Amino acid sequence: MGTQSSDISAALNEALAALESADTPEGVRSLVSQVTGKKGSLGSLKSSLGSVVDVEERKKVGAAINEALSRLAEAADARLTVLSNAELLRVIGADRVDVTERALKSDVAARLGRTHLVTQATERLEDVFIGLGFQIAEGPEVESDFYNFEALNMPPSHPARSMWDTLFVDQDPQGSVLLRTHTSPVQIRVMQEWPPPIYAIMPGRVFRRDTPDATHMPVFHQIEGMVIDRNITFADLAGTIEAFTKAFFGSAFTSRLRPSYFPFTEPSAEFDIRRPDGSWIELGGCGMMHPRVIRAGGLDPDEWSGFAFGFGIDRMAKERHGVADLRDMYSNDVRFLEQFP
Amino acid sequence: MKVLLSILREFADLPSDADVVATALNTLGMAVESIEEVGVPVSGVVTARIVRTERHPDADKVTRCFVDAGDGREMHVWCGATNMGPGDVVPLATLGTTMPDGREIARRGILGIDSEGMLCSPVEMGISAEASGLLILPSDAPLGVDPFTVLGIEHDVVFDLDLTRNRPECWGHAGIARDLAAHFNVTYRGPRIVPVERGTARSIPVSLSDPSRCPMFSATVLSGVEVKASPNWVQSRLSHLGMRSINNVVDASNLVMLELNQPNHAYDHASVASFDVRRAKAGEMLRTLDGTDRQLSTDDLLIVNAADGSPVGLAGIMGGLESEVTASTTTVSLEMAWFEPDEIRFTVNRHGLRSEASTRFERGVDPEGVVLAAERFASIVAETCPGLVLHDGMTIARDAACPSARRITVRRRQITRTLGVDLTVDDVERLLNPIGFTVAPVGDDMEVVTPTFRPDCVEEIDIIEEIARHYGYDALGKSVPSSTVNGRLSLVQQRRRAVRRLMVALGLDEAMPSPFLAPGDLTKVGLSENAVLRLANPLVAEESILRTSLRHGLLSAVAYNRSHRAPRIALWEIGHVYPPSDDTAAQSLPNEHEQLCIVVADADLDTALHQWNALCECLAVGAQLDQSRIPDGFHPTRSATIARGKQRIGAVGEISPVVLAALGIEGRVACLEVDLSTLLRETPKPVQARDINRFPSSDIDLAFTMSDDVPAATLQRALRQAAGANLVYVELFDVYRGVGVDDGSRSLAFRLRFQKQGGTLTDSEISDLRDKCITAAQKSGAGLR
Repeated sequence: MGTQSSDISAALNEALAALESADTPEGVRSLVSQVTGKKGSLGSLKSSLGSVVDVEERKKVGAAINEALSRLAEAADARLTVLSNAELLRVIGADRVDVTERALKSDVAARLGRTHLVTQATERLEDVFIGLGFQIAEGPEVESDFYNFEALNMPPSHPARSMWDTLFVDQDPQGSVLLRTHTSPVQIRVMQEWPPPIYAIMPGRVFRRDTPDATHMPVFHQIEGMVIDRNITFADLAGTIEAFTKAFFGSAFTSRLRPSYFPFTEPSAEFDIRRPDGSWIELGGCGMMHPRVIRAGGLDPDEWSGFAFGFGIDRMAKERHGVADLRDMYSNDVRFLEQFP
Repeated sequence: MKVLLSILREFADLPSDADVVATALNTLGMAVESIEEVGVPVSGVVTARIVRTERHPDADKVTRCFVDAGDGREMHVWCGATNMGPGDVVPLATLGTTMPDGREIARRGILGIDSEGMLCSPVEMGISAEASGLLILPSDAPLGVDPFTVLGIEHDVVFDLDLTRNRPECWGHAGIARDLAAHFNVTYRGPRIVPVERGTARSIPVSLSDPSRCPMFSATVLSGVEVKASPNWVQSRLSHLGMRSINNVVDASNLVMLELNQPNHAYDHASVASFDVRRAKAGEMLRTLDGTDRQLSTDDLLIVNAADGSPVGLAGIMGGLESEVTASTTTVSLEMAWFEPDEIRFTVNRHGLRSEASTRFERGVDPEGVVLAAERFASIVAETCPGLVLHDGMTIARDAACPSARRITVRRRQITRTLGVDLTVDDVERLLNPIGFTVAPVGDDMEVVTPTFRPDCVEEIDIIEEIARHYGYDALGKSVPSSTVNGRLSLVQQRRRAVRRLMVALGLDEAMPSPFLAPGDLTKVGLSENAVLRLANPLVAEESILRTSLRHGLLSAVAYNRSHRAPRIALWEIGHVYPPSDDTAAQSLPNEHEQLCIVVADADLDTALHQWNALCECLAVGAQLDQSRIPDGFHPTRSATIARGKQRIGAVGEISPVVLAALGIEGRVACLEVDLSTLLRETPKPVQARDINRFPSSDIDLAFTMSDDVPAATLQRALRQAAGANLVYVELFDVYRGVGVDDGSRSLAFRLRFQKQGGTLTDSEISDLRDKCITAAQKSGAGLR
């Protein structure tokens, strides 16, 4: 009895049905090799093909078997895809984490470090002045009497020296080595080292023999500014203070200059910043550089003129962040430091 | 300096509005610290006479007072004071009065007996800070009127000014009034001079034995003096200005000083009728007005009674107690002088004795002001002494050393250069004349003569400042100079900022400990205290040493934060350290430089090494870790010196357990300390790009056993050298100690990746490299596992 096409389709249907219940890739593959093997339902039909005598008949049955085999192969591939997708979903499902739990773990929660409030204020100020065309100069904190006083128009025993309570280093009994009481000595060093024109700011640490309290520290920070150029006038000083005011505090802030006295500038002024609400912040001192100071820096005051200004950095940080007591800023207490990213 | 509006307005027709005057004062450079209204009458307080007093048997602390406020009706008031009696006139605060402190006077009873008001003390009246009883008014005072009117207390305004060093003349009302008059464009009058009887010439002999320190000394005789109380207005003004009233002579002396910045002293002519000004003899004594016996040195200048050479005053600072005017004084010798300001200041500092007079002399008073001051003194005293005679023949002894008016050339071009405005000689004259300067044209420029009350004006720029003040700072305008300089950070500054960003990225908090250390602090952290700078005048001994390392400050911060149970302590600082200079000259500045220090609590060596590696990446620098040199204060077996050859540039590792124990810190502390100045100064060259090598790479993994005594870096260096140009990287990927490895040794597993330029490495090339590496490793003391 010859192979009936009904046998082929019955074998295929049986294999396809079995495929649907195969639930592992291995099950699918073994089912396929079993069905197509010599003893399998489709494989045995193929091997019995030789017994079909009629050529046409053999061609026809052969084609039908091949058709069935290829349908089986397609179905097996489809089944494998379904199974691998299901496996992927299972793996993904098993991979679940509680994201909030991970977020709370300390190695993930580790925060960035902090720069000190004074550093933050200094960098902000530096950036504003860089924008206004200034460079940044630095100088030593342990200074000589010459740079801290004498070159700044305060010869020995000048009464204005008492404006600062100075800390002296004991290596020289004559007191020629001291902790700088202001950043102004850097003005002289810059004039000696940089060729004019000079547009420089000089931030840094300064020292006074002051008992610490909520608003004073014996060690604190100032920023000094200096311009030396040809034909620099008092109006340039006032305009630069105004430009800084707007750039640093905001365009609604204005500035004013009031006459004052410093040995190293003349005319001298205090400068105040007017808040938009009309109240004033007394910020710092400024003035036209005294001709003697320009000369002490090695320049000719009839050729070069300039101005200088200075103010405290710590107070800027204190007011910006509402720090009640300056001593907190220097407590190095992590609970304080970590507040200010 | 306290200033009264009434005196200013007496000297010039200034506005009456105190705020307007205050604004002008600020604009002119006399900073107004406070404005206070004084002598404001308290509405509801009237004068009343105590008719009788009575004690109550059940109230031993208070007295019943029956008072008459002028209407004849007897009112009852309880009173806690004890200084009053029947017949006294006192201030009565009637019911409903609001006192200056805000208290309301209400009907209030004690023991069921009502009080119909309150009798007031000077404190309650707001005219004194302290009092020991009721304010007792003159017994002939009218009743039912304002007590201030009775006392002559004027309603006035007190400005408290913060004066600058360059305005000595402002220590008298005259100087301030003159400046304000110029500002408001009104005439300056000066003090009121009442003509007094002039008497025959009576000169007082004066010798100037030290003309450099006292080049001018004047003396005037006034007779017909009766020492008594001052007029009310004098007492009132002195009180408003914070001075106590003594008697008419002393008060006049003080008022003249406050008005004209001319300190002066009135001696009893019966005891001092001739003067000498000389240096003190060593050990000479003087009892000053404050009752202190002062031992003098030859640096001190004395005013002495020339008759017997006895000192009568410490020149320019304080008079002697024994030559004061007394109740029986009828003739006074009024003395005024000019003293060398610096020497006054030195004397003040030497004796720690400052006075109203010394404050003025050390800034510089007007050597030409004595005649006006003497006349003003006489005018005030004459009000209470109708028989006062001001004698002619005032002595003014004067040496050439006495300063006089200065002539200063002021260039118009310099005014323009400095102030940015073009002013004519006339413009300058208009600005400066009203404040006492004279201006005369000299060619295009001008000569300015300074008034003698402005000793601060010595050169051209001082005059330009005065011009600017009276032209008005605001009127000078605002312009921005066009900077031809590029605003930027220097390379060092850029690199320092990069380090700061790195510290933040590494989760470290910036601390800022004090650069001052206590003796012993450096030793405590294992560092030497032999070569350090010390402060000559530290505020406290605990802040007397300048740090040579940031480590103590940060470790102290660790201990502090530990004690507050901070869960995470990771601190850094970039700051200056101040080791002494190698140059031993006394004037040499220290070898000051910038250091970076990091400390992390509860962290080990690996943390510090990670930070060091990150810093090297950040700054494109490198150095060797030399464990054979144990850094001071570090863990002897878990730290290394960061070195470049012999040069030490830092230390990395853990802090020594001995140091931690001394600071009371438990657990490990990782630390990195480097000389940042050196690393920031280096200028890395721009890195040149390399082509990506597209040929396959090959890895060789090699594990060696090696004694713990030999640094792993030695082995890695040997491998690197052996591997040659085709090595891409070498990495220590595993360290193992335990079974299979001898005690005192460890297994170090390295991965070497090779890649050849322009081709693939052949098996035999790889095999050759492997053999070379093994041989090199064995030479350095390692054995292949």
